[in-house]
Amino acid sequence: MSLTTILMTVFSTTLIYAAPLIFTALGGTFSERSGVVNVGLEGMMIVGAFSSTVFNLAFANVLGSATPWISLLVGAVFGLLFSILHAVATINFRADHIISGTVLNLMAPALCVFLTRIFYSGKGQTPVLDQSMGTFTFPVLSQIPFIGKVLFTRTSLVAFLAVLVGIASWYFLYRTNIGLRLRSVGENPTAADTLGINVGTYRYLGVLLSGFLGGIGGAVMAQSITLNFSASTISGQGFMSLAAMIFGKWNPLGATGAAIFFGLAQSLPIIGGYIPVLSHVNSVWFQIAPYAITVIVLVFFLGKAVAPAADGQNYIKGK
Amino acid sequence: MEDYVVEIKHITKKFGDYKANDDISLQLKKGEILALLGENGAGKSTLMGMLSGLLTPTAGEILINGKKAVMSNPRDAKKLGIGMVHQHFMLIPAFSVLENIILGDEPTKGSFINYQKAAATIQALAQKYQLDIDLKAKVRDITVGMQQRVEIMKALYRQANVFIFDEPTAALTPQEIDQLIKILRALAAEGKAVIFITHKLKEIKEVADRCVVIRMGKVIATVEVSATKEEALAEMMVGRKLNFALDKQKMAQEKPVLEVKGLNVEAHKQLKVAGVDLTVHEGEIVGVAGVDGNGQSELIEALTGLRRVKKGSIKVNGKQLQNASARKISEEGVGCIPEDRQNVGLILPLTIAENLALKDYYHAPASKHGFLNYKLINQTGKQLIKDFDIRSQSETEFVGDLSGGNQQKVIVAREIAKNPALLIAANPTRGVDIGAIEYIHEKIIEQRNAGRAVLLVSFELDEILKLSDRIVVMHEGQIVGEIDPQHTSSEELGLMMAGKTPVSQNR
Amino acid sequence: MFNKSFKGLSTALISIIAGFIVGAIAMLVFGYDPLQNYQNLLVGSLGDIYSIGETLRNMIPLILTGLGFAVASKAGFFNIGGPGQYLMGWFGTIAFALHFSQLPGIILIIGALLCGALAGGIWSLIAGVLRAYFGTSEVITTIMLNYIALYFVNFAVKNWLAAKGSDSSPNIARKASLNTHFLQELTHNSTFNWGFFIALVIVGLVWIYFNKTRSGFEIKAVGINEAASKYAGVNVKRTIVIAMLLSGVLAGLGGAIDGLGNFQNISVSNNLPNVGFNGMAVALLAAENPIGIVFAALLFSALQIGGLSISVYSNTPSEIVEIVIAAIIFFVAIKYVFERFLKKSWLTRKQQAKKEGADK
Repeated sequence: MSLTTILMTVFSTTLIYAAPLIFTALGGTFSERSGVVNVGLEGMMIVGAFSSTVFNLAFANVLGSATPWISLLVGAVFGLLFSILHAVATINFRADHIISGTVLNLMAPALCVFLTRIFYSGKGQTPVLDQSMGTFTFPVLSQIPFIGKVLFTRTSLVAFLAVLVGIASWYFLYRTNIGLRLRSVGENPTAADTLGINVGTYRYLGVLLSGFLGGIGGAVMAQSITLNFSASTISGQGFMSLAAMIFGKWNPLGATGAAIFFGLAQSLPIIGGYIPVLSHVNSVWFQIAPYAITVIVLVFFLGKAVAPAADGQNYIKGK
Repeated sequence: MEDYVVEIKHITKKFGDYKANDDISLQLKKGEILALLGENGAGKSTLMGMLSGLLTPTAGEILINGKKAVMSNPRDAKKLGIGMVHQHFMLIPAFSVLENIILGDEPTKGSFINYQKAAATIQALAQKYQLDIDLKAKVRDITVGMQQRVEIMKALYRQANVFIFDEPTAALTPQEIDQLIKILRALAAEGKAVIFITHKLKEIKEVADRCVVIRMGKVIATVEVSATKEEALAEMMVGRKLNFALDKQKMAQEKPVLEVKGLNVEAHKQLKVAGVDLTVHEGEIVGVAGVDGNGQSELIEALTGLRRVKKGSIKVNGKQLQNASARKISEEGVGCIPEDRQNVGLILPLTIAENLALKDYYHAPASKHGFLNYKLINQTGKQLIKDFDIRSQSETEFVGDLSGGNQQKVIVAREIAKNPALLIAANPTRGVDIGAIEYIHEKIIEQRNAGRAVLLVSFELDEILKLSDRIVVMHEGQIVGEIDPQHTSSEELGLMMAGKTPVSQNR
Repeated sequence: MFNKSFKGLSTALISIIAGFIVGAIAMLVFGYDPLQNYQNLLVGSLGDIYSIGETLRNMIPLILTGLGFAVASKAGFFNIGGPGQYLMGWFGTIAFALHFSQLPGIILIIGALLCGALAGGIWSLIAGVLRAYFGTSEVITTIMLNYIALYFVNFAVKNWLAAKGSDSSPNIARKASLNTHFLQELTHNSTFNWGFFIALVIVGLVWIYFNKTRSGFEIKAVGINEAASKYAGVNVKRTIVIAMLLSGVLAGLGGAIDGLGNFQNISVSNNLPNVGFNGMAVALLAAENPIGIVFAALLFSALQIGGLSISVYSNTPSEIVEIVIAAIIFFVAIKYVFERFLKKSWLTRKQQAKKEGADK
């Protein structure tokens, strides 16, 4: 294989694996920036993966090749609906954020596999999708010598979309007044409240956005990687996204970058075989790498101060 | 009838059966500075909470500019032109000064914040009121004085007409207080009305036009400040004549108990205690005066084994104790009443008896072979509750359920019961009522009279002046002077605290 | 003290009832008969000697991983690492039992269990040390360690224990099993094993540890207030490390007993073992009380074992029991709502009367 082909494979595989992580990590960023810790991303992804798969299977013959894209939206909506559970528990009912997030992670697989069995005659997994997200070649850009082949040929369109969402998220959080307010309730809800900012509203916004984006993340996973839904469709990607969010210091651009890095790490076991230097390395190292790197980064490079100051604290009025 | 900006009429606020405010009325005129005087727990904060929309009254009404005001949240109060400068600043350390000021009322261009416009508006206000602030700095990097100016600017930016200042001078240097008083006068001169909550009589005399005194939720008196003496104000606040005379016996004060030499301590990689020499003798109270944040906390932490000593030595009764563990230091006879009662001194969800045993639970007789003797721990607790007059239902009640004063008594009991050679007391009376203050002061003097060494660190100058045999002043981590409380005034102390005159050379 | 456990008990009961109602609604929505299914569930879990044996056996890992979570939680840490620690324990035990199969039975069993407990302990110790000395959030490190454990164990089973091309290790020697003939005959060939009694003994030890010992008191104190404990002279770092170590030892022991008593071998797996998360659920329902954990484990175990027969006697998916479990924990999480409700009702008055009585 030529260098160009290898690079193209590495790049596109990385993006395919990174896309679900980017969306979900951005979701986590919104939630935690508003002060609600979100270990329930895994559950939100499961719901997104399940609902998008069901929709895709049901409407593929009507919607044709547009199906996977509309399925993303369906996954987003159901992810959002599911995240209401977390919002109600933490914002209205003062639940511990980690316990509530864990409930999402317990509830999502139970509910989704339960429904899978009901919808698909007792089977624990759905049939395989006919309409899935394939690779995409950018019309003009792919003509650029070398770069066009490596970056813009047979690549993941949804990953490019994810990166755009990451950039938009940064502008939203750091340049708009809604973003400023959302961050303020995650830093010092009491201060925000004295300025007439409704803490609950902005925290709801943060959590629902995380459900929306987490749902997309799960949907992308199902529509472009596993191509069906079962209990093991989402196996740790939610937690990996959480890691990407932390690695990226709760910043949308950082989270996007970290997610791409984890995408690379995840794609290594697959592409490692093509690359001479890596083909002798046991794949267990690639599997462990994202998690081990996160721990190491946390230990050596991250101070405590970077998390939003009131992350995980319930706001009790009049205290 | 005069035009009042704020008129509070017969307001009552109940929490359950407890009346925090009982039929309170007061009026505030345009351009006036009104002081609200009362002890901790007298109901000042409750009253201001209702005026700023955080609480709603049980009965009575508030008129703003002659109209009945209904305020169910802070936004309503803000709309009516009421600006609150909280005692604990309501700022976001991670945000810039500019972001803190505009938060909630951001000028926008499209969906984006218009930072230029915001900065221009604020700069104009800053010039008008002579408020020196740096808009780009992060709040976590600026001084307490500037943080307060940011709070004032927040209210100005929202076009407030009524300013409420809640204990604004508590953490300021004397110079910063002067600056604040100038700002208050400037506000009043521009026709704003100011409510100034405090328990410091001197500041009232200096700045306020009228003073409303409240006690136990009721208005005791409303007086013209210029026609009232400080002593009279104090009596109104407390409700009885105060007995400040303390029974200090003459002590030998020869044998040194604590000897600190050339002590350097760092916090967050900054030198916080720089070359401190300090000696406390038997039967002596040494007061450490200084503005909050000048290294006192780090000094105490180093003395009690909670923070590493960078350089220098600490000796207690001749034993080297720098960088010894907290437990070892406690075993060598150092007791400590810590600054932060609820977060450091006590473990609130544990029982009174367990808290009383916190420094003794680990060795015999309370603990044998790794097992705790709860019977003994509870018995000891019961005895101490009796000896130290801790008002509680039983020794197995949770400490968190006690009042602030009684919680402080638990700490005092625990530390004194161990008969320490050296007692360190850090702001021992902060936030407790006058009765408990008197009690704690008596206990500290008792220790002194029993021949023990006492190191008292306090931000309350009156407390330092009253109790100490000798006063040292800390400024930016150094001891900048030593004075005899008999021959000094709070003015002189204040100057030294600000690092102005190293008095040791003056003498 | 009495008030607190009373409040905890009522919260737990309300949560359980509410969780079952949620399950019933889910079944009604999809046209299944909740009463029939709950009856099947009861029969399937406790209806005969065999089912009782299965239910009791299934309690073992729930109790131990639950205790593990509770110990960390008392010290103020949220140890989500139960699944990884359990897995390491399981692996450590099977590896020991296979490697030292020539040892006499009782020594082999003790050695294997200790090895498993230690493997689980080391796994949580990593998180404890990082927390104590670097301030790294244990929530994140334990999550990450779960996946590292999963991939490591898969790798190790495939490359070190299993025959070439196989995804499972061989079975351990019969003498190393905790599931003896005597117990099999007694419980009509269920997987009930001696590990159950080990688990109960451990429950007692943990109770004593927290209520009677100095070290347990220190863990509680550090968990409530680190600064105050430091001021009182407690070695906070050491206490954190001890608490996390114990936590992992307990979860690891759960995996160890399951290895020797239930599975008899270890296989490659796609997912983290659910039991680690369910143990967390058990501890949360029991409000981290060791005695409460036994009852919470009984409930969840019965749900799981009974759930298997739900899908045998009807076409209701057995995942319904997982939904019930998740719902119960949801209600435990929002207990503030009931506590406020209970506070307003007769309970307060009754408690106050009790309090006043106790004073005299």
